[in-house]
Amino acid sequence: MPILALLIAWFWSTPAMAHKPSDSYLSFTVRDQVVSGQWDIALRDLDYAIGLDADGDGAITWGELKGRHDAIVAYALGHLRVSSGGQPCATHAEEQLVDRHTDGTYTVLRFSVRCAARVPRLVLHYDLFFDLDAQHRGLWRAEYEGQTQIGIFATDHREHTLALDAPSRLAEFLDYGREGVWHIWIGYDHILFLLSLLLPAVLWRSGGHWVPVPGFRPALTEVVKVVTAFTLAHSVTLSLAVLKVIALPARLVESAIAASVLLAALNNLYPLVTARRWLVAFGFGLVHGLGFASVLLDLGLPRGSLALALLAFNLGVEGGQLAIVTAFLPLAYGARHTVLYARMVFQGGSLAILVLAALWLVERGLDLKLL
Amino acid sequence: MQGLRGRPIRKGLAILLAVIGFTRPLGATPFIPERDADILERLPTMLGGGSGELRQLRDQLARAPTDAARAVAVAGRYIELGQGQSDPRYYGYAQAALAPWWGLSDPPAEVLFLRAAIRQSRHEFDPALQDLSRLLEKDPRDPRAWLMQAVIFIVRADYQAARQACEALARLRRAFLAFSCMGSVASLVGQARGGYDLLQLAEAQSQNATLGERVRLETLLGKTAERLGDWGRAEGHFQEAQRLSPHDAYLLGAYADFLLDQGRAAEVVALLREETRVDGLLLRLTLAEREIGAPGKDAHIEDLRARFAASRQRGDNLHQGDEARFLLHLLDQPKAALTLAQANWAVQREPRDARILLEAALASAQPEAARPALEMLERTKLEDTALRRLANELQAKR
Repeated sequence: MPILALLIAWFWSTPAMAHKPSDSYLSFTVRDQVVSGQWDIALRDLDYAIGLDADGDGAITWGELKGRHDAIVAYALGHLRVSSGGQPCATHAEEQLVDRHTDGTYTVLRFSVRCAARVPRLVLHYDLFFDLDAQHRGLWRAEYEGQTQIGIFATDHREHTLALDAPSRLAEFLDYGREGVWHIWIGYDHILFLLSLLLPAVLWRSGGHWVPVPGFRPALTEVVKVVTAFTLAHSVTLSLAVLKVIALPARLVESAIAASVLLAALNNLYPLVTARRWLVAFGFGLVHGLGFASVLLDLGLPRGSLALALLAFNLGVEGGQLAIVTAFLPLAYGARHTVLYARMVFQGGSLAILVLAALWLVERGLDLKLL
Repeated sequence: MQGLRGRPIRKGLAILLAVIGFTRPLGATPFIPERDADILERLPTMLGGGSGELRQLRDQLARAPTDAARAVAVAGRYIELGQGQSDPRYYGYAQAALAPWWGLSDPPAEVLFLRAAIRQSRHEFDPALQDLSRLLEKDPRDPRAWLMQAVIFIVRADYQAARQACEALARLRRAFLAFSCMGSVASLVGQARGGYDLLQLAEAQSQNATLGERVRLETLLGKTAERLGDWGRAEGHFQEAQRLSPHDAYLLGAYADFLLDQGRAAEVVALLREETRVDGLLLRLTLAEREIGAPGKDAHIEDLRARFAASRQRGDNLHQGDEARFLLHLLDQPKAALTLAQANWAVQREPRDARILLEAALASAQPEAARPALEMLERTKLEDTALRRLANELQAKR
């Protein structure tokens, strides 16, 4: 065997010097049911596999590469199978670009993958070049819901699973929960409405005057009643609106919310309803729920886990609300005997809220910009 | 994490890289070239055969993928190309050609030999040695197996075992190989002068040697003379080797290291300007560019960074020694360099590997870390002027 005889002396040293071996780079971005991919494949490898150098001069030009774009698509996508739930997904090639990597030029094939059903896992089966180069590797990474998964395809590891479930469900849940908290914090109208109802909770209406409550218990009971009623009410309308059972124009809803704040503040200054304030909280809470719903609908809802997102958002809203109440109640209770509380906080605060809510009402009702 | 394979250290690295937000290691922004005539890539020119040779080999194989004789011939040619061009792709092609036999515990002798060669190229020394033992059980008179064994033992600094393999070559009356083998070992165990003479004896027997064999031999002579401090003679051998084969990566690496040590960086730049595709040569070019303040230095540092990163992302550990040099001399990160130099030392222990370990230990003021290499110097009595100087500096600090 003359060829092997020739080989002997080359073993004199181990190959400490080397080029970069053959790798391709696959990246996926997953959004809803659409998986978009980008695949960087070395021109040298493609030339060896399917021939790119049409004129055989040892140089690959853009013209030669373009002429083989269809062949590259057929070859490459023929060696990448994506399936979900046992059903193959369809791959569609999009544009083809080029990119210079440190070891040479790569073709950049962009493609999309569509699967019939949304399932928690995508199975990727890769066998590009393995029949030709047993040391080829496919380095993949996938971005999904802010999480990155990576892996390496090799001759003895051609299948990988892209997980689209547990960690991302949790992440999704947390995301929507965070949005709920955020919305109550930046939604001044909701906070002010709640405050308007809570400010009198440490006071008592007696003989046409506000007097401090004698103990903590009645104050707490009042707060719990108000908050629970508000929560129940807005949860109901939030769900109904998100499920598209009811739909009202945003301008109407926003104006009604402003009006609710205005009336709640006015009721502190010129009391009409002094007992059963929870009924007020419930009634206006229905309107506020519609306001939350418009935020949630703007965020976009996951088709697969709508109920979960709804629950998470709602829990977030309640959590944010609870934080406000927890901070408010002890302070108000402690200050209830002071003139500062009665005059400045209760009356002054209610008046300020009233003015602000009136401005909102004008703005929203007439679609003006005053503030 | 799904999809990460291999030994724990590789897995650890891959996870680390994932954690630090390692994104696409290479390339910038994809683009569309302006003109059809724009040249995007130049294909490597083949040794001997034209650029069509690869395709012919591939087609031959495709017609009869289970024909062992053909697969062995094709794989052998690929490995030869891989060695000539220092290009791991060809080893991959060879492995693919041997696919029907690759997983067998007892494949035909020729497959065993090629499988050992491919494994050795990936620094998988234990499985390579297993294949060679099995091959020698089948045929104790196979000089290739003895030689490859000797080479692996030399890389691991197991000189006793290497010497036994060389003796087997002598018993087989393969004078050229036996002298080369003995000379290599002798030059590393405190008998550099005698080793040099043995290598010269081999040269005298080289009338039937191939071009590749002669290039290797000249390079070995050059390295041995260099370790002896005989600069003039060393340079003569490197130049002769270069005359024989101007682009041999092993030779160019050794010659460049010699010139760098001589403070002749400008000559290194001239020597390696066109050799940037081979990582080890790009490293030496960049080291030289830094010496003379050449403008291309920064771009080359970025290239090297990307290449080492790509190699790690792939899970390879073939370039730890070079990467340690990169970190120490070009990025000025002695601690990170030391870690890699130590990992490299666990796999291979040639003088070059001892050198980076000593340098990194010295630079990071951790003389204890150099102990394994110092012990080897002590044990083997290795003569190497540069290593001795470093060892003395370290001893002074301990």
